Amino acid sequence: MNALLAELLSRQPDDTDVTRFLHENAVPLTDPGGVTFLYHGEADAVLLRHWVYGLPSSQSLERAPGTDLWHLFLELPPGSRIEYKFDVVKNGANDWITDPLNPLTAEDPFGHNSVCRAHGYERPDWTLPGSGARQGTLETISLHSRHLQGPRQVSLYLPARFRRTRQYPLMIVHDGHDFLKFADLKAVLDNLIDSLEIAPMVVALTQPGDRLTEYAGDVGHGAFLVKELLPRLQSSLPLEDSPRHRCLMGASFGAVASLATAWQHQGVFDRLLLLSGSFAFSDIGAHTRGPVFDPVVRFMNGLRARPGRPSRKIYLACGMYESLIYENRSLVPLLQANDMLVRYREVRDGHNWENWRDRLQDGLSWLFPGPLWMVYE
Amino acid sequence: MTLRAMLGPQRISPTVGLVLDRLDVPAGPVCTITSGWQEREGELQELSHHLGRETLDLGLYQRAEQVFAADPGFRRAYRQRQKTLMELQRLYRRRLAHANAAYTEMMREPGSDMLLQNERRAALRALRTLDRQHLRRIERLHAAFDRSYPDGQAGIKSHRVEIGAMIADSRAILVAGGHVELLLNRLRLFGLGSALAGSTLVAWSAGAMALADQVVLFHDHPPQGAGVAEVADRGLGLFQGVVPLPHAGQRLRLHDAQRVSRFARRFTPARCVTLDSGAMLVWEDGKLRECASTFRLTRQGSIRPVQAV
Repeated sequence: MNALLAELLSRQPDDTDVTRFLHENAVPLTDPGGVTFLYHGEADAVLLRHWVYGLPSSQSLERAPGTDLWHLFLELPPGSRIEYKFDVVKNGANDWITDPLNPLTAEDPFGHNSVCRAHGYERPDWTLPGSGARQGTLETISLHSRHLQGPRQVSLYLPARFRRTRQYPLMIVHDGHDFLKFADLKAVLDNLIDSLEIAPMVVALTQPGDRLTEYAGDVGHGAFLVKELLPRLQSSLPLEDSPRHRCLMGASFGAVASLATAWQHQGVFDRLLLLSGSFAFSDIGAHTRGPVFDPVVRFMNGLRARPGRPSRKIYLACGMYESLIYENRSLVPLLQANDMLVRYREVRDGHNWENWRDRLQDGLSWLFPGPLWMVYE
Repeated sequence: MTLRAMLGPQRISPTVGLVLDRLDVPAGPVCTITSGWQEREGELQELSHHLGRETLDLGLYQRAEQVFAADPGFRRAYRQRQKTLMELQRLYRRRLAHANAAYTEMMREPGSDMLLQNERRAALRALRTLDRQHLRRIERLHAAFDRSYPDGQAGIKSHRVEIGAMIADSRAILVAGGHVELLLNRLRLFGLGSALAGSTLVAWSAGAMALADQVVLFHDHPPQGAGVAEVADRGLGLFQGVVPLPHAGQRLRLHDAQRVSRFARRFTPARCVTLDSGAMLVWEDGKLRECASTFRLTRQGSIRPVQAV
């Protein structure tokens, strides 16, 4: 148990003591050995709900005798970051809530989660908006897709000091609007370009229609990117005309869509940035991930049978607390054996946007190194 | 009397206008060299506004593009030389990693007896020898290229005449920062080393680096790689005995005494001086006359304010 909490409980605290304690200490309590979650309030039971693969997804908090203070110690290695909610049970009803004592939350398309930063985790400076970096701009273009049978809107990020007399690398981002909203992608790009750590680049931010279909290895999606979006961008923007200056990026199903597009159209994108890819496959028999993954498994099994060379340089990252860690680890030797340069990173994090945000400096500066050593402004 | 000033970055809090006043540069036009800004060369609105005087850019980046476009053979030869220099730099970097690691290990080895001191000196000597050899090889490549094109390419001559006239008509030359290698290449291509020798010069960031004896690239904590400073080229030698370190506060771990000490020892007798925002060093006829907000890295691992004699 956390030493501060142990000391409090040893004094048989009353409600005033507990309130003062919670006022004086940041919650959850962290120390090098792990994290202590606290909930203060009347309830029949309080459960910690999290998405850490390998741990029970629901764990009960224990009520301190004579108080409304509930606590649970979770062993978490230093540097870990997890997202969680409390399941508060009252009168037989369950209420999933963010931690009222913890101001840190992370947003995703499904709502908010509380964020627990274990001992040693710090949000990187380069992820923070408003750092004084020169600002890139965002604009939107529309195009009609024959392959996806409908109109599509794509946002374009143009770097600060964009000049038509210069040629830029291109990165196409799957779930681009979500990356802007939940992973501060614009601030990250502005900061890393301004600090010269990555090359100034044009970024096309796409958003799917039917995500689970389009991003699951769908040939229509790949054709849209390669035969419709890419030519449109090449005709209207000063882009480097070489596969090594083109990158596909995505997380989760977006990583599948990136890899699938590169595999279907080899020689077009020589850079991939794949985060927590949902790379489900089956060596034999059926897979166990549900019907949504059927097309993914078909694609991945095809890739594993005939890898080809979808790209040249691939940055791959996955959280250790994700169920997908096995699939991602399995992909690395396959890609390497087929003459692709792979940098693989595992981090103590989960399947979430802040994990993906935190990987961008390492990934982008490796794929598109900036002029840091040569430019002194 | 020749006046030369070296400044820190000018983006956030420009001081170049104040420095021109401090140097008593008479009213009249000044010339700028902004080829380090590459495709943004000559975008002088902010600088002109800050200076409040006529500002003309020498346009070296654009002039070079014209020269290359007019003579594809020269462009090919020039690019081939650049490719050779890049390959040389890559090989040097490979050797440097080992030499630097050996030196770092010796310096971290506990103790100070004679045996260890000798090994430390030997490791440092090996590192300095590597830097020196690298510079010599670069010089040889430049010399070979110059022998092939003794007067540069034919189209360069007219540019040199124009540039010479612009310099003669200006009260001072301002050399801005940016891409240091590109800036230095353009300065060299148009023979600015000798053309600038008699002018009042104010240079900042990469501009200061290009005008020093040698160009030292540095970053202690880059996102990729080990962050070992490397010698990249011979500079124009208009600031002698100094290794300018723009953005040192951001780029170097100045609180890490061992790193600071190793850096200072490696480049001694040159003085490694920080050029952060607000920094200024002024030389009059080669003597340091005045300085502000600049520090030198010491062999002991500290940083000390630079003081004028």
